[in-house]
Amino acid sequence: MTDVTTTPTQAEKLDSAANRKARVMGGILIALALLVLFALDVVPGQSATFRLTTARDAIQLPNLVVPGAFNMVCAAILAFLGVRQFLEGGARWTSLSLGFGLLVLVLAFLVWATAGTAFNLTSMLKAAVLASVPIALGGLAGVMSERVAVVNIAIEGMLLAGAFAGALIGSLLGGWIGLVGAILVGGCFGLLLATLVVTFRMDQIIAGVVINLFVLGVTSYVSSQVFSEYRHLNNAKVFRAWEIPILSDIPVLGPMLFNQNLFVYGAFILVGVATYYLFHTKNGLRARAVGEHPRAADTLGIDVYITRYVHVTVAGMVAGFGGAFFTLGNVGRFEENMTNGRGYIGLAAMIFGRWHPVGALSAALIFGFADSIQQKLALLNTPIPSEFLAMAPYIATIIVVAGLVGRSRPPAADGKPYVKE
Amino acid sequence: MDVELRGITKRFGSVVANDNVNLTIRGGEVLGLLGENGAGKSTLMNMLSGLYAPDEGEILIDGKQVAFDGPSDGIEAGIGMVHQHFMLVPVFTVAENVVLGVEPTGQLGSIDMKRARRQVAEINEKYGLHVPPDALIEDLPVGIQQRVEILKVLFRSADVLILDEPTAVLTPQEVREFFGIVSMLKEAGKAIVFITHKLHEILEISDRVSVLRQGRITGEGDPKSLTEADLAEMMVGRPVSFTVDKTVADPGRPMIEMDKVTMLDETGEKVLDRVSMSVRAGEVVGVAGVQGNGQTELVEALSGIEKIASGKIIFDGEDISHATVRERHSLGMAHIPEDRHKSGMVESFTIAENMVLNNYYAPEYSKGWAIDWQKVAETAARFCIDFDVRTPSVFLPGRSLSGGNQQKMVVARELERETKLVIASQPTRGVDVGSIEYIHERLIASRDEGDGVLIVSSELDEIMGLSDRIYVMYDGRIVAEFDNTGGKADRNTIGLAMAGAHEGEGAAA
Amino acid sequence: MTERDDLKGVNERMRALLARTTHGRDDFEDLVIVPLFAVVVALICGALIMLATAVDLPTIGRSFVALAVGSVGSLSAWSETLTSAIPLVLAGLGLGLGFRAGLFNIGAEGQLLMGGLAAVMAGFALEGLPMVIHLPLTLLIGASVGAAYAAIAGILKATTGAHEVISTIMLNLISFELLNWLLRQPWVQREGRSDPISKSVPDTAALPKLLDFIDPNLRLHAGLFVMLVAVFIVWWLLFRSKLGFAFRASGENPSAANYAGMRAPLIIVLAMATAGALAGLAGANQITGVLGRASPGFSAGIGFDAIAVALLGRSHPVGILFAGILFGGLEAGGRQMQVDAGVSIDLISIIQALIIVFIAAPLLVRAIFPWGFRRPRNGKKGGAA
Repeated sequence: MTDVTTTPTQAEKLDSAANRKARVMGGILIALALLVLFALDVVPGQSATFRLTTARDAIQLPNLVVPGAFNMVCAAILAFLGVRQFLEGGARWTSLSLGFGLLVLVLAFLVWATAGTAFNLTSMLKAAVLASVPIALGGLAGVMSERVAVVNIAIEGMLLAGAFAGALIGSLLGGWIGLVGAILVGGCFGLLLATLVVTFRMDQIIAGVVINLFVLGVTSYVSSQVFSEYRHLNNAKVFRAWEIPILSDIPVLGPMLFNQNLFVYGAFILVGVATYYLFHTKNGLRARAVGEHPRAADTLGIDVYITRYVHVTVAGMVAGFGGAFFTLGNVGRFEENMTNGRGYIGLAAMIFGRWHPVGALSAALIFGFADSIQQKLALLNTPIPSEFLAMAPYIATIIVVAGLVGRSRPPAADGKPYVKE
Repeated sequence: MDVELRGITKRFGSVVANDNVNLTIRGGEVLGLLGENGAGKSTLMNMLSGLYAPDEGEILIDGKQVAFDGPSDGIEAGIGMVHQHFMLVPVFTVAENVVLGVEPTGQLGSIDMKRARRQVAEINEKYGLHVPPDALIEDLPVGIQQRVEILKVLFRSADVLILDEPTAVLTPQEVREFFGIVSMLKEAGKAIVFITHKLHEILEISDRVSVLRQGRITGEGDPKSLTEADLAEMMVGRPVSFTVDKTVADPGRPMIEMDKVTMLDETGEKVLDRVSMSVRAGEVVGVAGVQGNGQTELVEALSGIEKIASGKIIFDGEDISHATVRERHSLGMAHIPEDRHKSGMVESFTIAENMVLNNYYAPEYSKGWAIDWQKVAETAARFCIDFDVRTPSVFLPGRSLSGGNQQKMVVARELERETKLVIASQPTRGVDVGSIEYIHERLIASRDEGDGVLIVSSELDEIMGLSDRIYVMYDGRIVAEFDNTGGKADRNTIGLAMAGAHEGEGAAA
Repeated sequence: MTERDDLKGVNERMRALLARTTHGRDDFEDLVIVPLFAVVVALICGALIMLATAVDLPTIGRSFVALAVGSVGSLSAWSETLTSAIPLVLAGLGLGLGFRAGLFNIGAEGQLLMGGLAAVMAGFALEGLPMVIHLPLTLLIGASVGAAYAAIAGILKATTGAHEVISTIMLNLISFELLNWLLRQPWVQREGRSDPISKSVPDTAALPKLLDFIDPNLRLHAGLFVMLVAVFIVWWLLFRSKLGFAFRASGENPSAANYAGMRAPLIIVLAMATAGALAGLAGANQITGVLGRASPGFSAGIGFDAIAVALLGRSHPVGILFAGILFGGLEAGGRQMQVDAGVSIDLISIIQALIIVFIAAPLLVRAIFPWGFRRPRNGKKGGAA
């Protein structure tokens, strides 16, 4: 008498949050396709020339000439992805489509901006990798602390503190000691964050914001109070690029990955180490358990508090290392608020990368790419004001956060203080 | 292994959770520990497992005094606890959960998953637990998750197993299987503490029983010489009857009807699958089922918390398929949410504020765009008196009330107005016996006034005691319907349906 | 007879239930002692930081004197303190309202900037209107644009679940770029200038000075009244109105609010927009009352300091008023300090950050000053069984 049939009727009009989101994303992708089609259209016959090698390189490659029609293709790809999302509600592929779509958009933009002229692609890619370093390390710091369920808004402050300490200590005692100092100072702020949120159970976001304000205040104060007077305290030697023999001769990839400074290699190595640690070791498993279900970990004799302290401190050290990049890896001197929101973008990279070190690194590379395009394009005389180019990564971050949270899942206990009973 | 607790006392602030408790646990024996919600059972066992330290008293293992400084000491001493709320990481595999904290390691601190899997398989074999080691916990049904918990304890070679309310989430058949596992463990020489508030289970499985009331041991004995009534009196402190007095229902017009309602979760999975059901005026309809088979979603669909994907909901002749929560509320639908802390009340708000949480906008409490707080407070005070909510003042925060009084506050808010349909989800979860009796009376009173009443509960006894008609849900569908006039529905048949056995058939009404 | 007795009993119980509970010592500790300690400890830390950066003791002494004199030592000090407090309180009210609704809005800076920018444009574009229309309209436009800008983050959160912390931070960064670009546009940039600076707001859109009859240098302006009215309105909105009830319920327990039929997406957008309106009003006030024109970075971090103000004021409008005046005093005193003792005003932002730490982690203050408090109350939760 109860109505129980087992054949599902596909025709039912079904709706769910995921499908709605997929449709929104489809709409965005279609809008991007229209943007590429109408705003980034290249005059027919014009083409963009990308130089891949310079005269000094060991292996020479011909220039890459991309015809303007490439943008039509890009528009078509975007439209296809959009329509697919829109019609099928392909919830499974939403984030992938979005990531791919943004990449296609960036390529189309590059071709449009370069149309009719020539442009050194390799040097831009090299700059992109460089620009992604602090974002990747910030994102990795986020992964380390959020995997034990401590939300880390303080990455920005930790980066800034690392940059500051690197400049100050590096100026006094040399680059290497400066680097160690930056890592330790970053670690101290990690420890501070852990103390505030674990022991004193302060709201994690407030604690992060406060650390950011505090670091901004201290570094600005010292730099205006002390550095302005004693300039030699803010003049560190920069780590030069280390050329890795043979590998650095590979065209495009060589200069991009194997002729960079310590920080680039460090970021890649740390991402590898972190991945191994989190997903293959005993302590990594315990750390993830603390992030997912702290009470379960506690009942098994894993000390939740110590685990959080250690990982958040390590996160601080990673961010301190990332911060040193700004001074020791780049310009050698500290300027007020020189991180300029990179820590927050690192946080977005972590979310985009689904709380996975490799994911965070990939996302950081995309952001770094956007960042370096913005800087290089100023040279190309595009009609777009530089402010709008500068905004692009921020807008991309918003789109990413809007498009992905809910899809990917943060550690279950993320942001919640743990109170032992 | 024998364990003895001597004179254990534990205080939380001014609350005495355990007061001079003495208890002996012996190897090869099942000790039944009985008590109401809040009697102090879990606190006592948390001390035995090392999670808390007692304020006074001592714990002896095989005659030697021990002091635990954290759960790892308890594990070390061979005491393992299976918690009421599972302590499993949902995104980890079975093997990962089992080895967590005592991982076999290989080179570079890496986990030797091969060895872990083999060890898990061995225990699996030995006790016949049949748990797939590589499945993710979140994909497993609760019955299997419970076995993972037992596996975890055995993996740590525990000799004393504390099982905290282990049957709360199981179907009657699963309880049977579970009891089989318990007997096997007993025969293997393990000491077992079986914590529950269900009398018949104590009588069935335990070799000895201790009863806890308000933190004190109020009775001990041999279950063979005790009856359910004896145990109940020891547990509550007065004679209680667990049967609800009610007359035969006189159902009228359909109050609510669901027609092939389908609902999807975030990932697009069906959580309700073409559910059709109805509640008529003047009858109590119960929804039985193992937790997580769509009962929560059924209530969410009825009350408008979540949108339905297809199908129709008719409320007293009106189509409310897409009406908002507030619209349904003002049509006369009352909803007692399943988790009062999470969704029934705002703990930091005063009792007065909580009493108008969902009808603060009503004209009688309004002064233009503002709320007439004087009027609200007076109404709240009246509700408190009518529903026996015990508090010194309506201006105290909701969290100052005990669980039972909080629930009565929610019930008062929902029932103290013109209602046509009462949806009560787990109406007595975590509530003392006195409040349970009171809430049950009120629900039957609503029925007798001509309301339709829908009760969703994981306590099959509660469903069977209150309902005139019973639906059973399994895997997002209603798989069976039973007439329970005069309590004639068969417990066993319902149990089978809860386990999905009736799929496709439809039971006789 | 018995019926009347019953009635009497019920009436008595009613009266007992309706008796107001008095505020206990706990509330006093929470509302007065903790903030007091926070301020004192933060000032001491400030002194230590000065010591650490080789500022000598006499200078530190002079700094604190300058801080005191510059904030409350004279009529002009009070005028400066209140002038600085106005935007802090306005933006702080918005943030506090957001906190009450469970929204952590870090975007006050951007909202304030956009609101101020809109006010500038409304100011010079609508020149010629009489003051009674022009000034309120300018403020209203500033508030509306601030509300719209904040609503972006609200809508994103309500529809896609994007966390407001990230989106408001990004909106801040975007607003800085937008400001820089707009200030170079010919229809905004002042004639004959090459640096990014806007046209001026005419007198008809300027908030009148309140004390210029005493001394034309006293900057205190009629924004003071706007601030006081806003304090009252936000208090009424939060604690008296139906909408405020829904805000607070959603903030304390979103799930319960949802079950009670409050519509979370709508509440998120409304609360964000209200917060943005107050931040925008703060920006408009700053433009029409103090600056008269927009330049890069004219928001001067007020939106971030306002976070501290809202936290210090415990998200209560009256608390925010006092906290804002305290922070205004620190700003005004800090400027004096920089002039008199040569200590960088950035020190003030360190002190402010420290104040929030101590406020937001009362356990920390209790740990530092155990004797300031009764013994910690443990075990609010009874033993669960």
